[in-house]
Formats: sequence, structure tokens, C-alpha cells
Amino acid sequence: MESSYLLRLAKDRIFFALIVFFASLTILPLLFILFYILKNGLTVISWRFLTTLPKPAGEPGGGISNAIVGTALLVLTAGLLSIPFGILVGIYLSENPNGLMARWVRVSNRILQGVPSIVAGIIAYVWIVKTSGGFSVFSGGIALGMLMIPIVVQSTEETLKLVPGALKEASLALGASYTSTILKVIVPTGLSGIVTGILLGVSRVIGETAPLLFTVFGNPFMSYRLFKPANALPLLIFNYALSPYHSWQDLAWGASVVLIGLVMTLNLISKFLVAKWKVRS
Amino acid sequence: MKTDSLFRFILFLSGALLLVLLGAVFLTLFFSSIPSIKSFGFLFVFGKDWNPISKEFGALPFLIGTFLTSTAALLFSLPFSLAISILLGEYLSNPFFSAVFKSVIELLAGIPSVIYGFWGLFVLVPVVRWLELKIHVLPYGVGIFTASLVLSIMIIPYSAFLAIEILKLVPPEIKEAAYSLGATRYEVVKKVALPYSYSGIFGGILLAYGRALGETMAVTMVIGNSDFLPKSLFSPGNTIASVIANEFTEAAGRLHLSSLIELGLILFVLTAVTNILGDLIVKKMSFQES
Amino acid sequence: MKRIFTTIFIGFLGLNLTACSFMKSKSEVKTTSPAPLKTAAVQPPSNTVTLLGAGSTFGYPLYSKMFQAYYKKRGVKVNYEPIGSGGGQRQLFNKTVDFGASDVYLTSAQMKKTKDSILNMPTCMGAVAVTYNLPGNPVLKFTPQILAGIFLGTIKKWNNPAIEKVNKGIHLPDLPIMTVHRTDGSGDTGIFTSYLAKVSASWKKKVGHGLAVSWPNGLGAKGNAGVAGLIEKTPGSIGYITLIYALQNHMSYGLVMNSHKEFIKPTLKSISLAGNVKLPPDTRILVTNSNVPGAYPISGFTWLLFYKNQKYQGRTKQRAKELVKLLWWMLHKGQKFTKPMDYAPLPPKAVKLDEKILKSVTFGVKPLLK
Repeated sequence: MESSYLLRLAKDRIFFALIVFFASLTILPLLFILFYILKNGLTVISWRFLTTLPKPAGEPGGGISNAIVGTALLVLTAGLLSIPFGILVGIYLSENPNGLMARWVRVSNRILQGVPSIVAGIIAYVWIVKTSGGFSVFSGGIALGMLMIPIVVQSTEETLKLVPGALKEASLALGASYTSTILKVIVPTGLSGIVTGILLGVSRVIGETAPLLFTVFGNPFMSYRLFKPANALPLLIFNYALSPYHSWQDLAWGASVVLIGLVMTLNLISKFLVAKWKVRS
Repeated sequence: MKTDSLFRFILFLSGALLLVLLGAVFLTLFFSSIPSIKSFGFLFVFGKDWNPISKEFGALPFLIGTFLTSTAALLFSLPFSLAISILLGEYLSNPFFSAVFKSVIELLAGIPSVIYGFWGLFVLVPVVRWLELKIHVLPYGVGIFTASLVLSIMIIPYSAFLAIEILKLVPPEIKEAAYSLGATRYEVVKKVALPYSYSGIFGGILLAYGRALGETMAVTMVIGNSDFLPKSLFSPGNTIASVIANEFTEAAGRLHLSSLIELGLILFVLTAVTNILGDLIVKKMSFQES
Repeated sequence: MKRIFTTIFIGFLGLNLTACSFMKSKSEVKTTSPAPLKTAAVQPPSNTVTLLGAGSTFGYPLYSKMFQAYYKKRGVKVNYEPIGSGGGQRQLFNKTVDFGASDVYLTSAQMKKTKDSILNMPTCMGAVAVTYNLPGNPVLKFTPQILAGIFLGTIKKWNNPAIEKVNKGIHLPDLPIMTVHRTDGSGDTGIFTSYLAKVSASWKKKVGHGLAVSWPNGLGAKGNAGVAGLIEKTPGSIGYITLIYALQNHMSYGLVMNSHKEFIKPTLKSISLAGNVKLPPDTRILVTNSNVPGAYPISGFTWLLFYKNQKYQGRTKQRAKELVKLLWWMLHKGQKFTKPMDYAPLPPKAVKLDEKILKSVTFGVKPLLK
């Protein structure tokens, strides 16, 4: 009796030790990755690095300004294509939770969410690059937008579901029309959730590389044009990381830090928003 | 009232448009694969050769490469992600600690794939090469094994999150009942929490698997990019996603391109099925609970 | 709804433009401030045309140098993406670029596929070097049999007797050989495999030659840069890359036996010698395994590809003109960039042929050059 109790206790302790061991074995290497990237990248970053263009193959120095501008343009395009549409679909789903059509839409959205990014790239290539006869920021934006839509849809639907029904009824009872109830009462109440979803969407697509390979194409020069090829941060990292030139590898480390910094900032802002404007139910 | 019906119509239209979008994605992939489907038919998935000169394209090496990397990655990551989720779900009741832990995991989930690949190429590849020299296999450094390692690191945060959510679904009453009977934590986890959530965790595993299947950049950077059938776990190979990334812009012939798109179609269907199955299983569990 | 979207879109474009002008003014300030006296030289003449090219990574280091110089001089930006020769050919067929670049000319079958005729214009000559990563960076000699054996997988170790026999006095380690090849459709692959197919019957039978082949073993990497990067990171590996990539990265490369049984190092001279043959009027010739004494056997021309009639898909005449001007410049003044980067300049008779080819380019029915 006594010994079996001790045995059970010992098992419990061993299990706990194992769990802690495995968990820390995960967290520590993961932190090491982050540390390694920062160590290699931070030394590269300077004002010059952020504001100049990359140098031709094998020449030292250079910067990533064109990639930063390209990524900004891509995110803008993707956002404009996906945010309004995604929010509308999200409202539709939260307003018709049980309809047959809504169910299909929900399943489709789920499938879209799982579409591998490389497939989004193929689609944008066939739809835009092939038909318009050229690589462009726009085609990259379409691919990224396609990846962003399901995230915006889902977060909008989930947030709006949390908005208490009484709020809607009160607004309608006061004589407000359905449209203005949705747009002026329901959506503003759930705004933080929607904005969070958008930020998460952006932070997912900002680092996507695969769909850019055959859409935005890359460009060693600065380009602000929507219908022309451009460079982008993840694309630059990919191309330069695999190259044998140490100066290019340095640029890639620096660009990695910039990219991680952007993703982190977006996550922090969305956390802050969640804390600040929670839907009060 | 008129604006209301218009607004409702717009909402409906948006929903419908999403369906159309998905349909269009599928049809685009399908129609662009027709030349390849016509030439190879069902044999496409069994073909061992990927030969742009003789214009014979078979998907088998990439299917095997995809399954090998994803499955190995899942197996590598499973103990770790389960450990994290049990630690966070059952042991760490301190909200500050678990918040810190969670933020770290979130942060790691946010690192773009291409950066994991970059890191893997510079840090993991030499380590694997050292290991390969020790066990006397060709010391490529890159290959299916390396790709699985990078992939497993990438899916740990994702599957850990899923597992935490699933463990949360275990009703506290039954756990408390077990504790009040004198059960230790280990016994509660082993005999109550895990059995209750087996199906859910399986669903979560499927979702993580779906993610691993389509992962492109990190894999492309460390898998060795060879088009022949992999001979072992340490052999270089290609996944469906990595071969598309490697050859899509460069593919010279129409049939080559169409075969690549058919690979994309296969990947699309695979991930869709995996995700829907995973979702169904997870949902079934949460319905049981409520 | 449509209106909403249009407004958003127009708003976006507006934003785009203001951002653009803002950034531009900023960059102008930047370029002028460090060297106020040399503003005229720093500020390239303004020109709105950006030409788009893609293809060969073989020619990329040279082209990126040339295009940078051309931008400084004429203000025409040329965005060239090194996606591989196969990609360059396909993007030209798809009309997504103004010119493609390829180290293997278009075959007659390929030319027949489009109804618009395409011109092949060589720009320089180069060598595909056999590079490897071995301790001590020895300079090795390779016979055709060794190269074919290594890439077919029949020679598996560096201390194989066949390699030792021609490399007497060099310590070869007991290391497995790992081959690295290109995954993209590549002119380097085209040149290299055409050489192997010419010198080895079993290679010709088992693998063949082309921009992309089915490799029996080894690792793949994207572009010349990718192959060079992978060889650098993998001890015991061997691959083929354009000479300049090996030189820029201080990688060792071997001597290869030519058809006169001489072991030849790829140099300006040995590459030029390989091109010392009678050229056909359309310049389409592969000079691998050249029968000229002293020639490096894995050399080749690299071509730019473009449409003979430049009036297609609503291109402007100005664009077509800028393209022809650029090409003309590359043939003449641009040639001075070849030697410092270890490419061989075009032989004079090739320049003559190229001039003729360029003069045949039209916009509609009118020739663009007199």
C-alpha cells in the first residue's frame, strides 16, 4: 500500500520532469533561432541599409530600400483587395449563421484558409501574369490577398458573433434601419476584433515568399508602379540566402530582422488592441 | 428599406463570391492541368520519372517526398508539442508564466517560412552533415531528413496551440472528480485528460499535417531539390511544393508547366481534404463537450 | 458596391502616386547631396522606359554590370531577372519580357512553334567551369570519362583510381562525391550536358542533353548562384557553374581535357579559341568540345532572344527603339565590360552578324535601325 503510493508519486514526478524537459527542449532552441537571426542581422542594419538599393552580384554594401517599398505596395494591394470583401463575407456569415448557403461559404472559407501559398501563386500567375502579359506587384497582391481573405472573414465572423444580440434588437427597436444597425452599431462594436484579424492577416502574408516567386518577379531597381515587377523582403531573403556572395547573405540577414520586426510589431499592436477594446458582452 | 434589401443583397453576393472564388481556383487548376492529365492520366501519380527531355512526368517522387517529410516532421514534433500543451494546460496555473510562454510560442509561429529555411541552411545543415558522417551515409547535409527537422520546428507552435485548445475542452468537473479520488496529476493527464481528448488531438494532428504538406520555402531551401525517387530518409528529394517553387518560372515546355500545375491541383485537394477532416474531428469533440 | 470599389481603387492609386512623388523627391536629394559638383554625372538623363529581360544566369553578372552602366549613361532602366535560360525562353514566348536571354539558342522546332519570328543574337562568350569543394583546394584535371562517370554516379569517391591516374601527386581524400546540378531550365546545363553527350556515349543514351535533364543522382539548386552557394557549403561536392561565379567566390575549378587531349583551364584565351569557328548566318551554333587546339571544351556563346517584329501587344515604338539601341550598345561599347569579368568578347565576325540581325528588326514593316 505504502510502496505503491510512493511509486505513483514517483511516476508523477518523473512525468512532470519529462514534460518540463521536452517543453524547455523546445522553447530553448526556438529562442536560439531568434537569437541567431538577430545576431547576424542587427549588425547589418543601418540607415544606409534601409535607404539604398542592392549592389550588383558580388559587390559589397548596398541596401534593401526597394524590397521595403515593394513589400509595402504588396501589402497595400492585398489589403485593399481582401479587407472590404472579407469583412462583407464575415458580416454575411454572422448574420446568417445557419443557412445552407452560409454553411457552404464557411466550408469554402476553411478550404481557402488551407490553400498552400504556392498554389495561390500558381493561380495569380494563370489569372494575372499570363493574361496581362507581365509580372507585376498587382499579381503578387492578388495572390497575397487570396491568402488574407479567409483570415479576415473568420475573425470578422467570430467577433461579430460575440456582439450581444440585445444591442442589435435595441438599435432596430429605436427605428434604425438594418443597414445602419450593422454598419454603425454592430461593426464598430466588433471593430477591435476585425482590426486584429486584419493585422494577423497582414502579418501572415507579409512574410510569404512562395506566391511571389512567379508574380512580382523581383527588380534590382526601385519601383513604385503597381503594374510593374518589384522586389519584396521575403523574395530578397530567399534569393540572397541561397547565393554564394557574403555581401548578399548579409543583406538577407538584415532583411530577416526587418521582416521579423514588422511581424512582431503587428502582433504587439493587435495584442494591445485586443486588450483595449474588448467586445463587452 | 430599399437600401436594406440592397445591403442584404450585397452581403449575399459577397458570400456567393467567396464560393465562386473557391470554384474558380479549383477550375483554374483543373483546366490548366488538362494537357498533363490527357498525356498521363492516372498514371501521373505512379510515374517514377520526371524527365523534361523525354517529356515524361510522373509525380511519385514528389508525393513520396511530401509524405515522408510531413510524416517525419509530425513524429519529431509530437512529443514536444504535446509536452508544451500539457505543461501549459495542466501544470502552469500561474497566468503570468503561461502568458510569457504563449507569447514566445506566438512569436515563433510568426517567423516567416523563408527565414526558418535560411536559418536551417546555415545552422542545421552543418549539424546534419556531421551526423551523416558519423552514421556513414552520404554527407549531403541537405535532404529529406533536414527538411523534416526544419518543418517539425515550424509546426511545433501551431500544433501546441491546437493541443492547448483541445485540452481546454476537457470538462474541469471530471478532472476534479479524479483529483478528489486521490489521483496524481500524471494519472489525471494520462487517464482522464488525454483519453477524453484523443480524437480532438488526432484532429489537431491532421490540421498540423495539412499545414506541413503545403509548406514551401523552408523545405525548398534545405531538401536538396532532386527529382528522383528518394532512397532513404537522408536522401535528397523534393516535395510537391518545392518542385513547383523550383521549376515553375523556368519550365520550358507546355507539358512540363501543365504537369507542375497538376501537382498544384493534387496538393490543393490533399490539403483541403486533410483540413476538412481535421476540422470535423475537432468540431465533433467540441460538440460532445457542449 | 461597384462605386465603392472604384473609389477605393482610385484612392489607392492616388496614394500610390503621392507616395511615389514623395519618395522620388527624397531620393533625388539623397543622390545629389554627397557630390554636389558631379550632379550632372550622377543624375542619369531622365527616361521613362524600363525594359524587362529575363533568363540566363550565365550572363547575369555581366548583364547587371552592363545595365547599370547603361542606366547611368542613358537613363534607361533594364530590369533583368536571372531565372535561368529555360525561363528566359518561356517568358519571351509568353511575351512577358522585352527580351529573353539563353545560353542555348532556340531550336528550329521551338522557333516554329510561334508564328512571330524570333531572332537569336549572341552577346559574348563564356565558360562553364567544373567546380568542387575539396580540402586544400587542389587544381584537378578531368577527362571526359571522369566527368561523365561522376555525373552518372559510376565514380563514387574522390580517390577513385580513374581520377587519381590523371591527377598524380595530388592527395585525393576518401570522400564520397556529391554532384550538384541546376533545378531550373538552364543554359549552363545545356552547354554542360551537350558536352557530356558529345564525349560520352553512355551519357547520351542514359541522360541526353537539354536545358533541364533527368539527373541520375545528386543535389539540385536554383541558378548559378544557388549551385555555387551549395557547393561552397558542401564538402566533397562537385558541380558546373559559369566561370565568373567561381572566380568571384574563390572556388576551385578544374582543367578539362579537350578534343586534342590537352588539359585546358578556362581562361579568356581558351574560351575565345573555342569560338574560332565558322559561324552560320543566324549565329545558332554550339561550340562545346571545339576542335580548335587550345580551346576550352565547355565554352559557349550566350544569346539574347527577341521578336523580329517589335510591334506586338501594344508596345510603343519608343520602347522598341530603346530596346534596339540597348542591344546595339551591348554589341559595341558594352563589350568592354566582358574581359574584366572573364567573359570573352564577341569575335569581330560575330559582331558583324549581330549588326545584320539587329538591322533586320522592324516595327510593323519599317526597320528600326538604318
